[in-house]
Amino acid sequence: MRVLAFAALVSWICAGSAVGFEIEEQVIYPVQSPSETLRIISTADRSAFEPLINAFQADYPTISVEYTITGTSDLMKAIQDEGAVFDLAISSAMDLQTKLANDGFAQSYGAADVSELPEWASWRDQLFAFTQEPAVMVVSDAHFPQGDAPRTRAALIATLRENPDRFQGLVGTYDVRRSGFGYLMATQDSRNSEAFWRLMEVMGRLDAKLYCCSGEMIQDVASGKLALAYNVLGSYAAAQQQLLDGFHIIELEDYVSVMLRTALIPSNAENIDPARQFIDFLLRLNQRPDLVAASGLPAIDSDRFQNNTALRPVRFGPGLLVFLDQMRRSRFLSNWQSSLVQE
Amino acid sequence: MKRHGSIRRRLFFQLAGVAALLSLAFFVVVRGVAESAAEATQDNILAASAIAIADSLRSENGDVFLELPYSAISMLGSVGEDRVFYRVSTIEKTLTGYADLPPPATALVAGDPVFATHDYRGDTVRSVYVLRPVGAAATSRDVIVTVAQTRDGLAATSQRITATATGVGVLFFLLATALSLWAASTALAPIERMTSAVTRRGPKDLRPVTAETPAELVPLVEALNSFMGRLRASLSQTENFIAEAAHRVRTPLATVRTQAEVTHRKLQKPEHRQAMREMIRAIDESSRSAGQMLDHAMVTFRADSLAQDDLDLRTLLSETCSRLEPTAELKDITILHNLPTMPVPFTGDGILLQAALLNILDNAIKYSPDDSIIQASIALDDTICLSITDQGRGFGDADLSKVTRRYNRGSNVGNIVGSGLGLTIADEVARAHGGRLAIAPNTEGVGVCVSLHLPR
Amino acid sequence: MRFLLIEDSPKLAKAVQERLQLDGHAVDHADTLEAASACIAVADYDLILLDIMLPDGDGRDFLEQHRQSEKRTPVIVITARSAVSDRVGLLDLGADDYITKPFDFSELEARCRAVLRRQGGVAASQKTIGAATLDSISGELRFDQTTITLRNRELRLLEVFFNAPGQVFSKSHLMDRLYSLSDEASENAIEVYVGRLRKRLEGSGLRIDTARGIGYRMIPE
Repeated sequence: MRVLAFAALVSWICAGSAVGFEIEEQVIYPVQSPSETLRIISTADRSAFEPLINAFQADYPTISVEYTITGTSDLMKAIQDEGAVFDLAISSAMDLQTKLANDGFAQSYGAADVSELPEWASWRDQLFAFTQEPAVMVVSDAHFPQGDAPRTRAALIATLRENPDRFQGLVGTYDVRRSGFGYLMATQDSRNSEAFWRLMEVMGRLDAKLYCCSGEMIQDVASGKLALAYNVLGSYAAAQQQLLDGFHIIELEDYVSVMLRTALIPSNAENIDPARQFIDFLLRLNQRPDLVAASGLPAIDSDRFQNNTALRPVRFGPGLLVFLDQMRRSRFLSNWQSSLVQE
Repeated sequence: MKRHGSIRRRLFFQLAGVAALLSLAFFVVVRGVAESAAEATQDNILAASAIAIADSLRSENGDVFLELPYSAISMLGSVGEDRVFYRVSTIEKTLTGYADLPPPATALVAGDPVFATHDYRGDTVRSVYVLRPVGAAATSRDVIVTVAQTRDGLAATSQRITATATGVGVLFFLLATALSLWAASTALAPIERMTSAVTRRGPKDLRPVTAETPAELVPLVEALNSFMGRLRASLSQTENFIAEAAHRVRTPLATVRTQAEVTHRKLQKPEHRQAMREMIRAIDESSRSAGQMLDHAMVTFRADSLAQDDLDLRTLLSETCSRLEPTAELKDITILHNLPTMPVPFTGDGILLQAALLNILDNAIKYSPDDSIIQASIALDDTICLSITDQGRGFGDADLSKVTRRYNRGSNVGNIVGSGLGLTIADEVARAHGGRLAIAPNTEGVGVCVSLHLPR
Repeated sequence: MRFLLIEDSPKLAKAVQERLQLDGHAVDHADTLEAASACIAVADYDLILLDIMLPDGDGRDFLEQHRQSEKRTPVIVITARSAVSDRVGLLDLGADDYITKPFDFSELEARCRAVLRRQGGVAASQKTIGAATLDSISGELRFDQTTITLRNRELRLLEVFFNAPGQVFSKSHLMDRLYSLSDEASENAIEVYVGRLRKRLEGSGLRIDTARGIGYRMIPE
């Protein structure tokens, strides 16, 4: 099956003129005797998701899968503005997913088995979280020997402030203007702690480098181009650690925002049954350690929150709409820009 | 008696009906109050949210700016998972939020939230509108803050309240119904007590009812007592009347009969003497008939409510025999007793049994020839058999099964005084005691054996 | 025998008195309970005939009083009530026997005889002619060393002769004594009883003579 899927793999990278959103990659996972095709639009990398799709097809051998990869904003645009037809939308941008559901672009799946999941992992029977991914700090082994790195934001601010020469040009974080995930993490930080704006100012003074994606940031930390990167997607960092040396991952001890990757069935979905079956499959991810290992996507695990009280899941609800407000967003971005970019 | 339903059932249904009405009223009121409370809660939160947003409005260089307060929106998610929409607009344009959210239907007054319920994006939403002038008085502009929320949470709350109210209502109804049943039984208990007190009475017990009587039943019991009083008076009047009448008739009869005897003794001419004898016979016949009719009436009356005396039939029979011995002696008839050595216990009406035996024995003596023997015996087999055997002329060729019928006499009674009721009385007494009267020819020669069979 | 008749109806009382006197009895009449008590106080009676319904009180009260006094004179109640239940109650109250109005005098006589016999007899009931003595209560005829118990009709027939020795009684008179007036009997039956009596009287010094065409009489041998 897996061989077949790879063999039949068709991919292209295009900015098709037919659609107004940018498709990074589209992969088709055919089956021998397809009865239905499940069209997924997702922000997760193919490498992360392929094991899940293959395992799903092992359970449902008559469902072929069309997997379209795009960015969080493009996914939003595709569903909300373009009316593109997909059966399942999977995104790491909780705020955008919430807005889709709130604004009526998702349909309910009341029979989903959420009994195993914590109450905060689903919303309105429309949004279903299946991973929990902390925003972590990645530090370079070259700049911070093991155990030397600051463990809290206050300590980080103090370290950076006291050693401007040592860290000049060596800190990195998301460019929130370009990254939906970065924006979400930054707005959550701004709610959680006053220290956020001070940190941004300190990083601005140190000429912080801004990135669009976690991968690049991690590579630069590993290679020593950066001493540390702030608010990196934990799951990527952990995945990269399997491949690269020279960095370690730090979960700050004052608090850690935990992003939930969610799936929803768009209101215009055509193949609802396979979409529901896929959601049920995703909700059982915490029973499949092999898939967690293969995909690098950490399954929902409420025990972790009990053991580490610093972890805070980002809560679903109308609160997530606040930072999507046009006025509020432009205000936030101008503040962020004046703190960090300091031109 | 016309039966007109049951008070218990009527009471029960009425109480249960009232309980059902109360349960329904309870349900409606609780649901109404709870739903309006839930609605008011939603309205309060919506208003608080809109006012918080309005409070964040500020004016910069004639432009209105808003930093949407996080809490203003997130508070709407504190209860349930309802969808939230908002819009901040001036008269001319939408500043931020959902531009297609409909404007208020009525004119707004500053500081006075207005609520409305309408459809939006496929759901029913509850909206609040708050008008807020922003900026210095001269350049102030009116800004309308609209906050809307779907009502899923409200529906869920309403459903929960409805379920609870239904549950409590049904529970209340069941409880009240059970209590109604109990109350109906309890309320009627005094009636049942009185009924059993009256039912337990003997047929001749016409004393007033003195059992404890609930106030409501006092008129009924008083009426009953007064009725029984009248009945008692009427019965004793009747009894006295019969006794008095008997006395009044029998005394002159006795006088006439006695005078007739005296006259008869003094008369010499056979035809005169014969006439006198005829007269005496007529007197005897009429008084005997009257006596037997009275006896028969008494048997009929007492048989309805048989006394339960502890009797010894041996004593009863021998007493009856000795009572008639003088009469038998007149004809030189000997009454032989053939009785068991031990008493023969029996529970029954002594007076009736004595009446039966007297009639049988009287008959036997009357129809026996001079110098004959009558046997009175008791045999115990599967029944107690009291039998009187005479050596008389028997019933001739009459049907033995018919001689016990009222006024039926044997075919060969000739000129013997009798009313034909004697054996009828004996037969009825036997039946009343669950026994029977048997008449058979005497197996040891002429005559008849009349036996009273009583159950052992 | 001497009777006390307690009866409030004067006509009945007179008739009864007359009828009993025909048979040779002495009868005092009291029409109230008070008069009765007065009679009992001054005279001894062989028997009391008591009408149960009296103007100045219930005969039952008299019965009760009488039982409590020392007099042991037997009482036969005359009642107009005929129901069994009424009659049974009278015996319980202490009456020796009862008879229902209207009554047959031969039955009354039989009952009196039975009551007196139970009591043990009275001296006045014995009559002696020559060597023979007749006890009309026990029904015994005694002469020499012989005691003969007579049957009822023999006794009653012999009583007639003993009351008037030597007198001739017609057959019809004797019939009246032997049979109840409501019984039908032929005069020939008398001959049978006279025949029996003659056998009984053998050796008593008395005999019954036939007065042809007239009747019978008893004469000493």
